[in-house]
Amino acid sequence: MNKPLAWVLGLAALVALPFVYRDPYHLHILVLILIWSFAYTSWSMMGRFGLVSLGHGGFMGVGAYVTALLWNHLGVSPWIGIPAAMLCAGALALVVAYPCFRFRITGHYFALVTLALSGIVLQVIIATRDYTGGSLGYTPERTKGSHIVALQFDDKIVWYLIALGVWAGGLAVWYWIDHSMSRYAMEAISEDEDAAAAAGVNVTAEKLRITVISAVMTAMAGALYGQYQMFIAPDTVSGIAVSLQMVFAAVVGGIYVALGPTIGAVITIMLAEVLRIGFGTKAVGWDNLLYGVLLVVFIIFLPKGILGSLLAWLKSPSKQRDG
Amino acid sequence: MEIFDIYLLEALVNGILLGGVLALLALGLNLIFGVIDVTWICYAELVMIGMYGMYYLFSVYGLPYWVAAPMCILLVAALGAALHFLVIAPLLGAPPINQLLATGGVLFVLQSFATVAFGIDFRNLGIRLPVLALGEMHFSYARLLAFIAALVGMVAVYLFMTRTYTGTAIRAIAQDRQIMALMGVDTKKIYLVTSALGGGLAGLAACLLVLQYDVHPFVGLSFGPITFLICVLGGLGNFVGGFVAAFLFAEIISLGGLFSDLEWGYVLAFAFFIVMMFIRPAGLLAKRS
Repeated sequence: MNKPLAWVLGLAALVALPFVYRDPYHLHILVLILIWSFAYTSWSMMGRFGLVSLGHGGFMGVGAYVTALLWNHLGVSPWIGIPAAMLCAGALALVVAYPCFRFRITGHYFALVTLALSGIVLQVIIATRDYTGGSLGYTPERTKGSHIVALQFDDKIVWYLIALGVWAGGLAVWYWIDHSMSRYAMEAISEDEDAAAAAGVNVTAEKLRITVISAVMTAMAGALYGQYQMFIAPDTVSGIAVSLQMVFAAVVGGIYVALGPTIGAVITIMLAEVLRIGFGTKAVGWDNLLYGVLLVVFIIFLPKGILGSLLAWLKSPSKQRDG
Repeated sequence: MEIFDIYLLEALVNGILLGGVLALLALGLNLIFGVIDVTWICYAELVMIGMYGMYYLFSVYGLPYWVAAPMCILLVAALGAALHFLVIAPLLGAPPINQLLATGGVLFVLQSFATVAFGIDFRNLGIRLPVLALGEMHFSYARLLAFIAALVGMVAVYLFMTRTYTGTAIRAIAQDRQIMALMGVDTKKIYLVTSALGGGLAGLAACLLVLQYDVHPFVGLSFGPITFLICVLGGLGNFVGGFVAAFLFAEIISLGGLFSDLEWGYVLAFAFFIVMMFIRPAGLLAKRS
């Protein structure tokens, strides 16, 4: 089957889904999967080129909290708040990443600097508890006026369509990067920075571009998550645990293929839900235990992830590229 | 003004005491990194397991502290060796970032194992060591003890590294991984010993931390990230740098906490870390290239 047609059909089926099947619980799970898929996809945009960030929990927290704080304290609509939050996250990414790339902080060191970043965001949220509610979490105020201005909807179908649109947008960005010169430049950089620089690639600029795109999208995911759940807590949208969760899901799904992070989100969220329903409160901890074991096993045996390995196996061996 | 100075001095001394334990943690992590070239993201979780070990040995099985502590250190040392054997050894040839992520997976495993096995309640040994009053300043004995034990531990490691054959081999491997194998040193064995040693240091830290803090499955997150930052700040694998960075960090946290909330102390320390990464990316004591 030809590829664009498959994409269009798949997307059309997803758009049509809620009008045919409207079980609220299943739609809720789908919305969560779509929002997190978007976040994981954003992370993978950097991760696939060897830029492993443990700071994306920070960007997500910025997205969620800036949007909610602007709404509650200044009455700024999320329609303006979300772009503002994305701008903040982009600026933060720029401030941290520029010197990192300028001074050639890569690999372990980059991961640990970004780890500090997500730590800072978490601690700032907790420290400014007078405004953000600290570790108890924070709730955007219910709107008394227009639902559209406040971006608050009670109907799950509306949220499903919004999340679907954003998720598809994320994939479009992925596709755009995948088919741009940037991709070749980034692949060269991830292989050998010096060689790439010698070949005329502006290493710092290329890395910065991808980092800022990734951070801005992650912030958007955080903002959407906050608007959808109407409750955000430092532990669920920021900090190191969230950063690791992103890495984990993306790696399990496969970070080198467009739908890999989505598959990762489907697997992790379904796993958590199945365990939660199957075992109730006894499941606390088991889902993460399973995640952890899977992550280790995947890194050792399937570094390309489930979808990545599957696709590589389906294709002819000559086209395989080492992950 | 007089009272303020005493608080300042108290914060300074408390910073030094905190620095001792942080330096111990950083030493273990640095050892692993310097020798095996792997970052154990889950290092603090090993400490957490050690703290649970102490809790069970001491409070549940009623062993005296001085018996429980060595057992706990051995337990975590075994855990460190197992971690190396099961997770790191198969990944030695993989890109460093995969090793980092795999230990991240172990972090999840240990955390949720603790949640499942021990529950999420906060537990402590129920020992409340007295507070040492010096003039108008107050220090806890637990911190002082931790500081002294950390120093003793570090000196012991130093002696082991410089005075024994195995220690010399470990240092040699840290300098050149390829050559040592040719010189007839069994790298696999040295890696395992190093991992056990790193685990043992985590165990020692656990014995000391459990005197001051309650243990719960997520306690690792409260000092794990700081330990990495200290190691990176000092230069990964640089023992002296890690030592200096630990005290620097502890002072920033302690003094930051004096002027405002403790969280701001952490924020300040993290921000300091990021700034320093740009000024001295290879670590505090690295020579400028």
